[in-house]
Amino acid sequence: MTDIATAATATAKASSDPSAPAVQMVGVNKWYGDFHVLKDIDLTVKKGEKIVICGPSGSGKSTMIRCINRLEEHQAGRIIVAGTELTEDLKRIDEIRRDVGMVFQHFNLFPHLTILENCTLAPIWVKKMAKKDAEEIAMHYLKRVRIPEQALKYPGQLSGGQQQRVAIARSLCMSPKIMLFDEPTSALDPEMVKEVLDTMVSLANEGMTMLCVTHEMGFARQVADRVIFMDAGQIIESNEPNAFFAAPQHERTKLFLSQILH
Amino acid sequence: MTDTSLAFVRKELAERRDPPSSFVGPVAWLRTNLFGSLFDALLTVMGVAIVVSLVWSVLDFAVVRAVWSAESGEACRAEGVGACWPFVEAYWKQFVYGRYPAEERWRPTLVFVLFAATLIPLAMPKVPYKRLNVIAFLVVMPIVSYFLLTGGIFGLVPVETTLWGGLLVTLIVSVVGIVCSLPLGILLALGRRSKLPIVKMLCVVTIEFWRGVPLITVLFMASNMLPLFMPAGMDVDKLLRALIGVAIFTSAYLAETIRGGLQAIPKGQYEGAMALGLGYWQMMGLIVMPQALKLVIPGIVNSFISLFKDTTLVLIVSIFDLLGMIQASLSDPIWISPVTGKTGYLVAAMLFWIFCFGMSRYSQWMERRLATGHKR
Repeated sequence: MTDIATAATATAKASSDPSAPAVQMVGVNKWYGDFHVLKDIDLTVKKGEKIVICGPSGSGKSTMIRCINRLEEHQAGRIIVAGTELTEDLKRIDEIRRDVGMVFQHFNLFPHLTILENCTLAPIWVKKMAKKDAEEIAMHYLKRVRIPEQALKYPGQLSGGQQQRVAIARSLCMSPKIMLFDEPTSALDPEMVKEVLDTMVSLANEGMTMLCVTHEMGFARQVADRVIFMDAGQIIESNEPNAFFAAPQHERTKLFLSQILH
Repeated sequence: MTDTSLAFVRKELAERRDPPSSFVGPVAWLRTNLFGSLFDALLTVMGVAIVVSLVWSVLDFAVVRAVWSAESGEACRAEGVGACWPFVEAYWKQFVYGRYPAEERWRPTLVFVLFAATLIPLAMPKVPYKRLNVIAFLVVMPIVSYFLLTGGIFGLVPVETTLWGGLLVTLIVSVVGIVCSLPLGILLALGRRSKLPIVKMLCVVTIEFWRGVPLITVLFMASNMLPLFMPAGMDVDKLLRALIGVAIFTSAYLAETIRGGLQAIPKGQYEGAMALGLGYWQMMGLIVMPQALKLVIPGIVNSFISLFKDTTLVLIVSIFDLLGMIQASLSDPIWISPVTGKTGYLVAAMLFWIFCFGMSRYSQWMERRLATGHKR
């Protein structure tokens, strides 16, 4: 996995280095009170790499990706995102959040704003973009997720699958370097999973760096460069998808796969 | 009958049909809503009887038996007469302006006009130039009104606040109270939910202190006790003290109402906003507050209506608001009669009701307008 020595030499200056990894986690530990949720996480994500993270519930997979954009705070270890090290410094957190898009299980669209306003909000207020330019970009991405005709509706008027596609478009409007997906299809009706996965596949094909927490193993086979299995707050096994599914090494991985692949 | 096969294939899809006629139309409505059972019918008849008798007794007093024109209270002193409207006519200007000098009454009138001219377009969502309108209402109107009412510059005769009264004072206290208490309440609510312990503690103490004392005590303290603690010669206007007291008092209640709204906003909204890179104030101002405030419109308007009616308590520190002016005029020997008091209080009740009902209806309309479908 990650060479700790190299990571230790990586500094905040590395942002100018184009070959720097997209995300680098070194010895990351996190506790909720006494509960040790993340244990010595070492993970390096190369630019353009697609990673699928799976594991039983409570294994820390969501917590791990939420540490990357500081929705959760880690208490030990280092996280370097696109060359910027995550520290207490609010400016750096803002900088990283601008570069990292996130899609949630429950979409988290803003129900009081129209689809278009959902998409233009961050470009206008965070990037200080002119309203007209922001709307142009928003419409571009809404076309990409194939729902430009819904732009003036409110999230409550859309189906779950449509809402999730809007959430993806909303993240893309900030032109992120890395996209995090936290169980993006788990809250969807079975008929709507495919439209969201299709959007994610096309995003992956364009070379976006992606970290997806998901149990869609078909998706993992199709796009992942690497599948990571987590349990009890640690990375148990990590391999390229064919090997991961065909020949899991760890007992825990075998048990997990036998439960979810019927 | 004994077909045990489990297989079933629908050959054609069912057409839409009308519901049975016993469930639609006015007769069906009357039957289900008013005369569903013997008990329902009894309730309906009793309810109608009570409403009719109440409305009749008010109409009988205010219209049928009322005295419509008279030079003095003589006619109103007759046996069995109703409302004494000539009294109201004679005192109407005082109800509106208080003891404001008669020849200067155009100044409060102009303030009323300015107030309406800036508030009404602001309240109508379709009228453009909202930003300019907000500045006109929150900055220009108050400054112009202040100089118009107090005078002392541009050749305007100075008028002391002790002479202000009636509807003028009621509106000043309630409008200033509403406009100042809402932002203060929002800040207190945010502070109470803050992660910073000192900020949180200060807000909790402020809210609990002001919620824990009656408004009368606040007003009384502000007008009688405060001067004792202030250095000699330093004097803060009595009306201003009442204004500050009312505003802080209401903001403590609003803070708790708004905190209720904040608690109803799912964590995902905060996370969605943070993940997009919005800062704390942007997140609160653009995402959380608009939703939280919308949820608690009924509670906020409740506080505003209470505030409007509580302005009558300023009488305790001898500021004569609308009710105070009406009460003061009742002892005029020219108009004194058994029905003068009833007439005066009827007028007060009607005026207060019109304003409160207006606020209530406007807020209900706003709630419906702001509804954007389902939550999530």
